[in-house]
Amino acid sequence: MFLGMFLLRKVAIALATMLAVSFLIFLALEVNVEDVAVKVLGQYSTVEQRAAWLAQNGYNDPFLLRYVRWLGQFVAGDWGMSTFFRAPVVDMVLPRLAASAILAGGALLVIVIFGLGLGVLAGMRPGSLLDRMISVFSVVTTSIPDFASAVFLSGIFVFWLGLLPGASTMISGLSLAELVLPVSVLGLYSMGYLARVTRASMVDVMGTHYIRTARLKGASMGRIVLRHALRNALITPVTVIMLQLPWLLSGVIVIEVFYAYKGFGTLLYDAALNQDIYLIEACAMISVLVVVLSQILSDLLYGWLNPRITLGARA
Amino acid sequence: MFVPYLKKPLVLIGGGLALGWLLVAIFAPLIAPYDPLQTLQPLAKPMVAGAKGELFLFGTDMLGRDIFSRLVWGARTVVIYSTLATLTAYAFGLLFGLIAGYAGGRTDAVLSFLANVVLSFPVLVLYIVIIVVIGASPVNIVIAVTFSSAPAIYRIVRGITIDVASRDFVKAAVTQGESTLRILFVDILPNTTGPLAVDFCLRLGYTAITIGTLGFLGLGLPPPTPDWGGMVNEGRAMAIAFPHLVIFPCIAISSLTLGLSLLADGLREVNDAKERHA
Repeated sequence: MFLGMFLLRKVAIALATMLAVSFLIFLALEVNVEDVAVKVLGQYSTVEQRAAWLAQNGYNDPFLLRYVRWLGQFVAGDWGMSTFFRAPVVDMVLPRLAASAILAGGALLVIVIFGLGLGVLAGMRPGSLLDRMISVFSVVTTSIPDFASAVFLSGIFVFWLGLLPGASTMISGLSLAELVLPVSVLGLYSMGYLARVTRASMVDVMGTHYIRTARLKGASMGRIVLRHALRNALITPVTVIMLQLPWLLSGVIVIEVFYAYKGFGTLLYDAALNQDIYLIEACAMISVLVVVLSQILSDLLYGWLNPRITLGARA
Repeated sequence: MFVPYLKKPLVLIGGGLALGWLLVAIFAPLIAPYDPLQTLQPLAKPMVAGAKGELFLFGTDMLGRDIFSRLVWGARTVVIYSTLATLTAYAFGLLFGLIAGYAGGRTDAVLSFLANVVLSFPVLVLYIVIIVVIGASPVNIVIAVTFSSAPAIYRIVRGITIDVASRDFVKAAVTQGESTLRILFVDILPNTTGPLAVDFCLRLGYTAITIGTLGFLGLGLPPPTPDWGGMVNEGRAMAIAFPHLVIFPCIAISSLTLGLSLLADGLREVNDAKERHA
């Protein structure tokens, strides 16, 4: 009952956000029709060519009309033609998105396993040597820019030890060896934050009365952590994982460019370098959509994991 | 007042790294042995004497420019633009955060919605869109950083303002008939400095990372400006044969951003301890 209302509310906010975002993107990229014509036809097109193209494609209509038409086409799946790749944008974005999902999925797996694991280990005995070491490790990994960790890790594993390939072009099909470095760099950058959140949450739970009772009862440390502490300590971190997605998406762009991985990130990057306006619009819309959806998912997950709160109160 | 901060090793190490780079940036002309833009000898390896007996500490790049000198001047670039961009982001974030937190109601709802809209972009996607629209120049990079950081600062300031505005001394100021401006900037603003100092250090680090990342993607400060991220980008293609092209700029930017987050961590620990005592 409550859940339905909550979901409806969240979806309404998400729709409003997407509407505002689409307007911003369209405003930024297409308010100046002369610029659009130059970007589509190239710098060496003549003034007459541009004027003819603008008239032919409805660019002489008022801005708001153009926006509504563009939005309608976007929702219907007509995302225009890429001016650089000379192909429909929609056919290019979706496969690249799938390729990036493999990369991001692998990174998420690394983040979840190591972030939660290290956080729980550190939070079990706050102030211990292990706790300090894990804290330093997570500060270091989250502070180093991802392109720099990519350089460092490639320096060690590609040039020095010669264990892994230095590029992830996936020319001969999906290769796990080529995934190791990009996934590790992405995971390394984000796992520190999750580890810190998990640690804080774990420290809180370990200080509660019911844990003290378990301890006084004589339960072993392993039993206390696994049976009693974890269930409550993991509520916040699990929600945080979903909120990491926007960061992961930014990281994916850098890492894909670094390792020449043919995913969504390199597509957006190529689009930016070539001023490929319709491709940029679609990529920006899709990446915001991913973020907004992940936020809804995160809220739902939180409510589902934590029956004590009523969903309406948190919105 | 500052004594508890100086007892923390985190503050000392982090502050030392950050201060070190600040000094390098200030005294760049004295420290750098060569002109960062001058062609001397292409692709000299580190610590190997050049043809005329010059010493290239970190080697030279493919255009023959001394990497050590470029790093030193690059410190100036990153310090100037990160600080400038973070400060302008703070100016907007503070202003709107104070207004929204104090006014509440419809003003708050509209501003918060706008902040959420901007924050729902993955940061790098937002930068790319902005840079594509307005081009890559020093001023435009400051604008791009401001646009994307201000909403996050706005959120923090708004939260603190709502909290502080409900306290008795603010109510007393209202009763006394103080002007809204005075209440915002004299009564409320000083109470935000603790959490904001921590956020400022972190954000300075993020901004340095952002400027570095934009440089790495070739969307940052236009060449030949000495810029750490740009140096990695230029050296990337030849990094297999000449790792010194990319390793040193990466160490430089990592040490700066690590220093800033250690500093932020230390400040936070001290602030938390203060709050527990208070």
